[in-house]
Amino acid sequence: MSTTTLDQSTFYLVDEEAEAHHPEGGTLLGFWIYLMSDALIFATLFATYGVLATAYAGGPTQRDLFELPLVALNTAILLVSSITYGFAMMAMQDGKLGGTRLWLVVTALLGMAFVGVELYEFGTLIAEGATPQTSAFLSAFFTLVATHGLHVTVGIIWIGVMLVQLGQRGLHPENQQRLMCLSMFWHFLDVVWIGVFTFVYLLGVVQ
Amino acid sequence: MPDHSLARTIFGRLTIESFPIHEPILLVTFIVVALLGLGIVGAVTKYRLWGWLWREWFTTVDHKKIGIMYMILGIIMLLRGFSDALMMRAQQAIAFGSNGGYLPPHHYDQIFTAHGTIMIFFVAIPLIVGLVNYVMPLQIGARDVAFPFLNNLSFWLTVAGALLVMISLFVGEFSRAGWLNYVPVANLQNSPDTGPDYYLWALQIAGVGTTLSAINMVTTILKMRAPGMSMMKMPVFCWTALCSNVLAIAIFPVLTGAFALLMLDRYAGTNFFTNDLGGNPMMYWNLVWIWGHPEVYVLVLPVFGIYSEITSTFTGKRLFGYSSMVYATVVITILSYLVWLHHFFTMGSGASVNSFFGIATMVISIPTGAKIFNWLFTMYRGRIRFELPMMWVVAFMLTFVVGGMTGVLLAVPPADFVLHNSLFLVAHFHNVIIGGVVFGLFAGMDYWFPKAFGFRLDRFWGKVTFWGWVIGYWVAWTPIYIVGLMGTTRRVNHFDDPSLQIWFVIAAIGAVIILIGILAFVIQIAVSIKNRDKLRDTTGDPWDGRTLEWATSSPPPAYNFAFQPVAHDLDAWFDMKERGAQRPVSGFQPIHMPRNTGAGVILAALATALGFAMVWYIWWLAAVSFVGLIVVAIGHTFNYKRDYHIPADEVAKTEGERTKLLATGA
Repeated sequence: MSTTTLDQSTFYLVDEEAEAHHPEGGTLLGFWIYLMSDALIFATLFATYGVLATAYAGGPTQRDLFELPLVALNTAILLVSSITYGFAMMAMQDGKLGGTRLWLVVTALLGMAFVGVELYEFGTLIAEGATPQTSAFLSAFFTLVATHGLHVTVGIIWIGVMLVQLGQRGLHPENQQRLMCLSMFWHFLDVVWIGVFTFVYLLGVVQ
Repeated sequence: MPDHSLARTIFGRLTIESFPIHEPILLVTFIVVALLGLGIVGAVTKYRLWGWLWREWFTTVDHKKIGIMYMILGIIMLLRGFSDALMMRAQQAIAFGSNGGYLPPHHYDQIFTAHGTIMIFFVAIPLIVGLVNYVMPLQIGARDVAFPFLNNLSFWLTVAGALLVMISLFVGEFSRAGWLNYVPVANLQNSPDTGPDYYLWALQIAGVGTTLSAINMVTTILKMRAPGMSMMKMPVFCWTALCSNVLAIAIFPVLTGAFALLMLDRYAGTNFFTNDLGGNPMMYWNLVWIWGHPEVYVLVLPVFGIYSEITSTFTGKRLFGYSSMVYATVVITILSYLVWLHHFFTMGSGASVNSFFGIATMVISIPTGAKIFNWLFTMYRGRIRFELPMMWVVAFMLTFVVGGMTGVLLAVPPADFVLHNSLFLVAHFHNVIIGGVVFGLFAGMDYWFPKAFGFRLDRFWGKVTFWGWVIGYWVAWTPIYIVGLMGTTRRVNHFDDPSLQIWFVIAAIGAVIILIGILAFVIQIAVSIKNRDKLRDTTGDPWDGRTLEWATSSPPPAYNFAFQPVAHDLDAWFDMKERGAQRPVSGFQPIHMPRNTGAGVILAALATALGFAMVWYIWWLAAVSFVGLIVVAIGHTFNYKRDYHIPADEVAKTEGERTKLLATGA
């Protein structure tokens, strides 16, 4: 709220425009706080993975299972998708509806590629007999990675919904606000993935 | 048999045996609840109230109405949770030696599980969230919360969770694994029945509601304070609400995560908390207590805020040590996150780890003690008016301090090794929760009821409630401290040693005295409604209050404040009264407000269906309701018309009536 000079004898803002009580940035702050709560769900899953990472129960270990080149490719795909989302936001700020939609489509396609590669990896593991039921380590691994993948899927659906809403109303202020929230969401998933890549895959193979 | 498999496809594992027709206690309860329900539905239909309920209440996004609905939910569930308590007290008073009592273990276990689950998740949380919802936006001079629709959705998701717990009473079984649904008891191999599933789905759905509500409240406090109200000029109740909700955001995701992993264990056959294939049950204990201990402070911090507001109002003085109160609250918020392991010192994590958590726990008593002294110094040389809310404050201080001291005692790891899982512990946490949270909620209800409804609560029945609870608490729990100290363990439905019986009989008498308190509370509300004209508050400020919620009428109009109030002082309303602030009576403008929506009710109904279907393995219904949830949620985002304006002449009319009312009162 713009703090006009509040002299000591002003007890009520009489002339104020009635609109002012829903301040700017409330939605973005709220969404940011939501992301922090989501980060704690990931923290829980990381901690669980940390505790159970060596609970192989006679089953396969990280070294037996992980194929780093594939995961590196997937990491690259997701990181590039963050850049393309950035381009979408720049187009939005320039008021270019077409550019915004184009870059959103590119981002969604990269997201789908990421989820596709992940599903392929899961399929290979399960075919090798390394299922989520095999050991506590694999339960924790599949749950952590799949929770991230599920978030990316939600992000892709959200992009789809935004494409429709952009088509209906263009760069409506509300749509712009939603795109900014989605932007935070998408970059957040990138950050989480860097954690997954480092702690699960890289450290797993190094150990 | 094709028939059989068809029935399984349609009804999952729900069969005619799932209904407790062989259990007379449950059957009678069911009949009574069904008759009551039919009576209410019949009355609402007869007086054609459905439309009114739907338009004015169920779909409302007004934080005040949502707050009131939260309170009603909490009070109804209190009656259910307390019935469980009476059943347990009766069982333990008679089940000695050859007498097995009337509750077999599998039933008794469900009762203590349901009691704890309901009292924390569906009584304490809704009552706290309800009070914060109602009072906090008024105190910061706001017209609503940051996300009005989310507020409505949060409430209905809490209702959905409560509904699932209530359904479990009559359809299938509830969990027998304690109020935190402990593994390994709650693992699939040990509890293949529906109990833990009911628990998990009910709490996951309600937990999403609580998390969303917390995000909403924090954003509201940070973004929507009245001009001039810096953080250090914010009423203490708002500070405690802020810390409580920040804490809730920090812990509920952990609980959601832990429950999700247990769900995967039970539904997908993973091995997080199993006893074999590398599973680690203690991981579950750690995760649920990382939620569980801070949760105590999520509940008690806002209550400390309530006590602060009341003490300052009824002593007619500014709160002593406001900034130390704020810092104490913040310190408690942080420390509460560092003590969870004291719930299982006996896990065997070693002397160093236990020492850390023991000392961290003891340190919490320092800021808490500072608060107690602040209240005492506020009262010192004040003109204390012993209205009902103030009586609760005094009872709280006397009762809570004892609970705090037994808590410090339990924080000493060697002592805890002796007292772990004993009734001493059970007495300790009832001491702090009843003496702290429950007393505070009654204080808050007595204090803010006139604001919400425009008339005060009856004093006589309020006093009966007060003495019933205070005396009842001490009679019920002192014996439990004593038997606990002697080594009696918790969660037991039968004892062999006859010398203990007398203590449990006394405890049962105490429970009956508390029952008198609860009944008196219900009577208090009924009598107050009957005598509402005599108890009417025309001023909007019945207690000579100090904060902004008393600056508007009782009950406040939908828009709370016709003109945005400005805060110059910590006690903003007191300052306005002192300096003779004039309430503007002309120049009204249209007020921008959020529009009601039915999306919250629909989403919560679908969530209930999803939970029920998953509990009973009715996969088709689960799929349908899950898809429904997503479709309705996305569909809601296509609604861009979420607000409207209250026209200026309507505001002028409402305010004009208040001007007249104030003139008659003066």
